Amino acid sequence: MTATMTQLRPDIALRAPAPAARGASAVTYPIIDAIKRGETPEPRVHASVIDETPILHVRDFQLWYGPSKALHGISMPIAKDKVTALIGPSGCGKSTLLRSVNRLNDLIEGVHIAGAIELNGESVYAKGVDVIGLRRRLGMVFQKPNPFPMSIFENVVYSLRISGERNKSVLSAACEKALRQAALWDEVKDRLKSSAMGLSGGQQQRLCIARAIVSEPEVLLLDEPCSALDPIATLRIEELIHEISERYTVLIVTHNMQQAARVSDYTAFMYLGRLVEYGRTADLFQIPQLRETEDYVTGRFG
Amino acid sequence: MIRARTERRRIFSNAMFALCAACAGVIVALLLAVSGYLVWIGAGSINAAFFTQIPTGDLNDPGGMRHAIEGTIILLGLASVVGIPLGVSAGVYLSEYQHEWLFAGPLRFIADVLTGVPSIVVGILGYELVVVPVAKMTSNSVSFSGYAGAAALAFIMIPIVARTTEEMLRLVPKSYREGSLALGASKAQTVLRVVLPTAFGSISTGVVLALARVAGETAPLLFTALGSRLLTRNPSEPFPSLTLQIYTYATGPYPEQKKLAWAGILVLLAMLFLVNIAIRLVATRHASTRLGKA
Repeated sequence: MTATMTQLRPDIALRAPAPAARGASAVTYPIIDAIKRGETPEPRVHASVIDETPILHVRDFQLWYGPSKALHGISMPIAKDKVTALIGPSGCGKSTLLRSVNRLNDLIEGVHIAGAIELNGESVYAKGVDVIGLRRRLGMVFQKPNPFPMSIFENVVYSLRISGERNKSVLSAACEKALRQAALWDEVKDRLKSSAMGLSGGQQQRLCIARAIVSEPEVLLLDEPCSALDPIATLRIEELIHEISERYTVLIVTHNMQQAARVSDYTAFMYLGRLVEYGRTADLFQIPQLRETEDYVTGRFG
Repeated sequence: MIRARTERRRIFSNAMFALCAACAGVIVALLLAVSGYLVWIGAGSINAAFFTQIPTGDLNDPGGMRHAIEGTIILLGLASVVGIPLGVSAGVYLSEYQHEWLFAGPLRFIADVLTGVPSIVVGILGYELVVVPVAKMTSNSVSFSGYAGAAALAFIMIPIVARTTEEMLRLVPKSYREGSLALGASKAQTVLRVVLPTAFGSISTGVVLALARVAGETAPLLFTALGSRLLTRNPSEPFPSLTLQIYTYATGPYPEQKKLAWAGILVLLAMLFLVNIAIRLVATRHASTRLGKA
């Protein structure tokens, strides 16, 4: 398994932190300092990003939790049929941004926004948008596996059931397809009727992925999908993300830089609600344009 | 010095344990004494006639309580038909929709107050709001009825069921709701398909507790159902119930009737006991199919 993982992105090797010969105290981060002062510096967006066909487009998006501002004018296209990773230290707004795409932040009291997010050119936050219909076009997987307390089968076909699908054979076929795509079919095919709560954490998370892709969403949103899993289960999920990225656009939030390097095509580095640098994952990890990014991805700050 | 201190602590700990154990023992002993006394005094009067006959009017051979047992079951059934859906819906409202509308706070407060209202007050309310108006409408002199009794019992059930449902729904993890909504479910679908089924076991336990509470009520029925010596299944007439019959017999002067009252209490307790066990079985089976091991 480990062997396949290293083959995933042979072009990216994490750079070891350079010896701190230059003297840590001498290093300054003008952009980080500006952000800490409350400014919103122009993000460094690589040309490679602009060249891609976007499926999602975030335009000057801002979000407040009550009086406190969590996202400051984020503008970024998300490439179609690619994996885009959002990285950054805790509280940088990456999960908030992810949950803004399917408007899950609407559930939190006191949230208001400005700017726009477009899914295939349609504004997600326009007046009269059918939020339920929007969420059906997006799949989401959460930090902690959250299978519903029902059978494995019912979990997988949940989104089809709520759209009114009753045909048994359609449901079974969709269930098998989604479970196969989620690399879970062989493990659960003999116990589809038993409770999903009896699965292991990693299996539960793959079940949640199957549940999210069963209705073939346009974008799959992954909110730190491996942070509650052990290393083996994490590897399996990462392999899975790599496989499903052939069919779906994936937007993934991760705390883990190695994970971003392994699974994603594009990476966006965020800090305190601002986008700092955004480009090809290989570029961002190996030849970042900003000193801030370089030191963050090599673990020297953040 | 240190040894003396640990020794002192050990003694103190043992003493406290002994105190707690003694208190628990007293409670258990009381419980056993009450039920034992009940069985001892009541079991003698329980025979086939108790379940098959209705009051004869003969003071030396007063018959049975079939009418009252059936009456209680019908009253509880009617009260449940109204009380459970209303109570559960109100609980769902309090737990799931409180942010959307303004009434949740006041509603919760009212439910809390109603839970504590003495049941005699409910009885008088039922009399004034149901019995008297119905009598006026039908120009009868009195119109005590099973419906009025069931309404009074439902009135007691609703706030209990509502608050229990609310508490149980709050225990359902938020991640289930988010997961369901993120998949494009509406709020109603989320509540009906995920939240309520998850809490089914604990809500049904709460409902049974509410049923048990009203099954033992006499005061709300005194002015509403009134009680009856006849075997009736028509709830628009004065209606019998176990508690009313027990009250009548127990406050009367006739020894044979007093014996029947004791037997009635025993049967009422046994009924509640059985319902409790039944719902526990259903709830655990439900939980094991939904949550159990693979």
